[in-house]
Amino acid sequence: MNILIIGNGIAGSTAAREIRRRSDHDITMVSSESVYPFSRTALMYIYMGHLPFENTKLEADDYWEKQRIRLVKGEVQSVDFAHKRVHLVNRESLSYDKLILATGSVPQTFDWNGLDLDGVQGLYHLDDLTRLETASQRGITRAVIVGGGLIGIELAEMLHSRTIDVTMLVRENSFSNTVLPPEESEMVNAEIRRHHIDLRLETELKEITGENGRVSGVVLTTGEHITCNFVGITAGVRPNVDLLRSTGLAVRQGILIDAFGQITIEDVYAIGDCAELTVATPGRKTIEAVWYTARNMGETVARNICGQSTPYEQGVWFNSAKFFTIEYQVYGSVPVSFGSGVTSLFWQHQDQKKSIRLVYDANGKILGFNLMGIRYRQEVCTKWIEAKTHIEVVLEQLELANFDAEFSECHENELRKIYHQITGKNIHKKAERSLSSVVKFLTSWS
Amino acid sequence: MELNHQTLAVINPGHSTKLRIGQKLSLSLVATGLMGQLLFWLNHTLAQALPVLVISITLISLGSLTYTWQLYRHKQPGISNDYQFTNSLTAKGSVAWVLAMMLTVFYIILYWFPQWLGLGADGQANTGLIALYDPLSFALKGKSASQWFVYGSLYTMAIDLLGIKFIWKYRHSRYQVYRTLSIIFFQTCFAFILPEIMQSLNQPYFDLKNLWPLNYYFFFDWHLDGLIKSGLFGYFLLFWGLAGFLVFTPVLTWLYGKRWYCSWVCGCGGLAETAGDTFRHLSDKSQRAWKWERRIIYGVLVFVVVMTLAVITTRLTGFRNLFIIDSGTLAHWYGFLIGAAFSGVVGVGFYPIMGSRVWCRFGCPMAAYLGILQKYKSRFRITTNGGQCISCGNCSTYCEMGIDVKAYAQKGQDILRASCVGCGVCSAVCPRGVLRLENGG
Ligand SMILES: Cc1cc2nc3c(=O)[nH]c(=O)nc-3n(C[C@H](O)[C@H](O)[C@H](O)COP(=O)(O)OP(=O)(O)OC[C@H]3O[C@@H](n4cnc5c(N)ncnc54)[C@H](O)[C@@H]3O)c2cc1C
Ligand code: SF4
Repeated sequence: MNILIIGNGIAGSTAAREIRRRSDHDITMVSSESVYPFSRTALMYIYMGHLPFENTKLEADDYWEKQRIRLVKGEVQSVDFAHKRVHLVNRESLSYDKLILATGSVPQTFDWNGLDLDGVQGLYHLDDLTRLETASQRGITRAVIVGGGLIGIELAEMLHSRTIDVTMLVRENSFSNTVLPPEESEMVNAEIRRHHIDLRLETELKEITGENGRVSGVVLTTGEHITCNFVGITAGVRPNVDLLRSTGLAVRQGILIDAFGQITIEDVYAIGDCAELTVATPGRKTIEAVWYTARNMGETVARNICGQSTPYEQGVWFNSAKFFTIEYQVYGSVPVSFGSGVTSLFWQHQDQKKSIRLVYDANGKILGFNLMGIRYRQEVCTKWIEAKTHIEVVLEQLELANFDAEFSECHENELRKIYHQITGKNIHKKAERSLSSVVKFLTSWS
Repeated sequence: MELNHQTLAVINPGHSTKLRIGQKLSLSLVATGLMGQLLFWLNHTLAQALPVLVISITLISLGSLTYTWQLYRHKQPGISNDYQFTNSLTAKGSVAWVLAMMLTVFYIILYWFPQWLGLGADGQANTGLIALYDPLSFALKGKSASQWFVYGSLYTMAIDLLGIKFIWKYRHSRYQVYRTLSIIFFQTCFAFILPEIMQSLNQPYFDLKNLWPLNYYFFFDWHLDGLIKSGLFGYFLLFWGLAGFLVFTPVLTWLYGKRWYCSWVCGCGGLAETAGDTFRHLSDKSQRAWKWERRIIYGVLVFVVVMTLAVITTRLTGFRNLFIIDSGTLAHWYGFLIGAAFSGVVGVGFYPIMGSRVWCRFGCPMAAYLGILQKYKSRFRITTNGGQCISCGNCSTYCEMGIDVKAYAQKGQDILRASCVGCGVCSAVCPRGVLRLENGG
C-alpha cells in the first residue's frame, strides 16, 4: 500500500514512524517547510543561540532512509480525491492509496491595517524565524507583540535575549487568564515585568502604521501611538486548511474527523493541528492545537491504517510551557474560576515563582493539578485523576508526584497545612519522594 | 534542503554578547594578573616572587569574581544559555581556536619541557614561573615548587573560581550548587592542600580520591615502595587505595551511579564541570562518536589492566615479559600516551573545540570501570516524565558526554547509559520538566 502524508510536523512524522513500526507499506512524506522533520517548539532556542537548527531535528538524517520513509520537499497545491493524486506547485504529482493530512496551523490574523508591511510577522514556520533573524540583523530597537499567548511570551523572551525593548499588547486583563487561574496568571504578569517587558493589559491593536513599506509603529484602540520597527503577531493559530476549502471536504474550523482520524472521504485521514474532532469528550475542545495531541493522533492513525482499529481518545489532559524562567505543568482539568462544586487548594511561594494547585469536586474527587516552578510526575497525577482518588488520599501521598531535582525544597507539607486550615482535618504524610515508591504505586491498584 | 541551509546561514553570523564596561574592567583585572605571571615567567629577576604571586592571584580572583557577579546579577535565576552557539569563544570561533592552541602548548611544555617553565635542573634553584610559586610551596610543605605544584595551584584556582561562576549561573538548582561545592572542596582539600601537607610531614604524596585505575601508577614499584617505607600510615594508604577501588567504588556506584565520583569528587571531572562548563555543548552526539567512545574507552581499560598485571608480575616474580612486551616499557607508554597526551593535552587542551569531557568520555579507565558498574549494577537512572517531551533538543545539546538524551526522552524511555556522569544539566535545561536523576528502581 502506498501511503502519502502531507506535512512533516510531529503529527505527520509520528504517523510515518509508527506505520513503519507496524507495516511494510510505502511511505512518502511531503513538506514545504524542510526536508527533515524538526521540532517547531524549539524555534526560540535557535534564535537565542541555545542550539543550532541541526539539534532540533527529530531524528538523525539517515534515520528516514534507514526506515524507508521517503521525504519530499515541495508544496502541495491541490488534492484530487477522485483520482487519488496530489499535485505539487512544481507540477509534480504523487499518487496514494491512503492519504494523511497533517498540515498543521497558521498564525491567526485579523483584518488589521498594515499586516503586509515589512517587519510585521508571526512566529510559526521556519521561514518566520529566518525573517525574524534578518530583521534582527538589520536592527530592531523596539518591538511590539500583539497577543499574549504561549507563542507571544516566547517571542518576547527571544527579543529580550537580544536586548530589544519589547511592548506586549494583551487584550485580557491578565496574561493568559482564559487558561490560567487568576493567581497563576498574575505570577506570569509579574515574571514578564521582572524581565522589563512593557506589558499592556486590556490593550488592543487598532492598526499598524508604516513608512516606505516598513513598519513604523502601532496605533491602539485608545488612539495611543507606539513607535516601533518590529511587530510580532501572536494572536493564536488556526488550522491550516486553505488548501482544502475548495475541495468539498467537511471543514468547520479544522478538517472534521471521526474518532478514528478519518474524514468523510474514504482513505483520507487528518491529524494534528489541522484536524477537528466532530465530537469532543465532555469538557474538552474539538481542536487542541498542541504537540501532544498531534503526536497521539499520529500514533492512532498509524494503528488504524495498519488494521488495528483504535479510536482516538483525548485522555487526561496535560500540557506544559515555560514563561521566561517559570516552568508550568498542568494535569487534568483546571478551570480559571472556582465555585459551583469545584474547589481548589492553592499554595504559593512568597517569591511568586512557585505554586501548586490541586483541584477537586464537591465529593473530594481529584480533578486536576496546576504547577508553576515545580515539576510533577505525569503518570502519578494521571493515575489519581483516572481513579477519581479522594483529595485526602492524594494529600497523604503527594510526595509521590514530586518530580523536582534532588535536594529541591518540597512544599507538599504546605498544602496539607492549608487543607488543615480550611477543613480542620489533619492529613499526615504517608509517602516518600523516591522512585521505588513511585514504581510501587504505579504498578499497584489500577 | 536549501531552506535549512539558508536558515542556518542567517542564524550564525557572529552575533555575540556585548560586554558592559564593568565586565571589561573585570576581565582586564584577570588579564593583568595573568600578564604579571607571564612577565615573571619570562624574567624572574624582575621582582620578588612573593608580592608578584600575591598580587597576581588577587587580581585574577577579584577580576573573575566581579565578572561573574556582573554577568548574572541582572539575570533572573534560571537557565542562561543565550548566545552559546553564536559567540566566538563558545561556538568554535577564532577565540576558541586560539585558546585551544594556548592550552595545548601549555600542556606540552608542562609534560615534556618543564625546564621551560623554569624547573631547576639537578637541585638548582627554580626560575621563571615555577620560581613564582616557590613561596606558596614553601608555605605549604617547606620545599621549593615543581611544575606539578604550579599546575596543581593553577588547576585548583580554575576549579574554585569558575566553580563559583557555575554556582552563580545555576543558583536556582540546589543539586547543581551542592555538587559544585563538593567539587571545589575535594579539589582544594583532597587534591591540593592535603597531599602537600602530607609531604611536609615527610609522608608520600597521596591524593585520597585519585583511585586506581585513574591513578595508573598505584602499583608501580616506586609508588608501592614509597608507601611501604612510610610505615603504618603508608599501609593505611595502601589499604585505602585497594579498598577504594574494590569496595567503595562498587558500593557507592550501586547506590548513586558513577556520578558520586565523576561529577561530585573527581578532579578531572571537576575541571570539566567548572572551567569546561562553557564548552559542554560541543560534545559530539552522533552514533559514530558513540561507537568510537566504546572502542577507545574499553581499549584504555584493557590497556591499564594489562599494564598493571605486568607491573605486579614483575614485582612479585621478577619476570618482566608477561605480555611479550617488557612491563617497564608498557608502563612507560601508558604514562606517555594515556596519562599525559590523552588526559592532559587532548583532554583539556581541546576543551574549546571538542567539549569538556573528551578525556572522561573516551579515555578515562576509571570512567570505564564505573560505567560498567553503572550499567549493570546500579540503582541510578534518569527517568522521563510521561509524554511531556517536546523534542526541543536542549537536553542532548547540553549533555557533555554526548548522550542523545532526547532520543530516549521523546520515546518516554529511561536513560541508563554507561557514560552518564549524572551532572544533572539535561534535567536542568529541559524546559518541560521531563528528566529526573533517580536512585532506585
Ligand atoms: C513557536 C511555537 C512554540 C510552540 N510550543 C509548544 C509547546 O511548548 N507545547 C505544545 O504542546 N505545543 C507547542 N506549539 C504548538 C505545536 O508546535 C503544534 O501543536 C504542533 O507542532 C502541531 O503539529 P502538526 O504536525 O499538526 O503541524 P505542524 O507542526 O504545523 O506541521 C505541519 C507541516 O505541514 C506543512 N504543510 C502545510 N501545508 C502544506 C502544503 N500545502 N504542502 C506541503 N506542506 C505543507 C507545514 O509546512 C508544516 O511543516 C508551539 C508552536 C509554535 C509555533
Ligand atoms: S530538553 Fe526536555 S523537552 Fe527538550 S528534548 Fe530534552 S527531554 Fe525533551
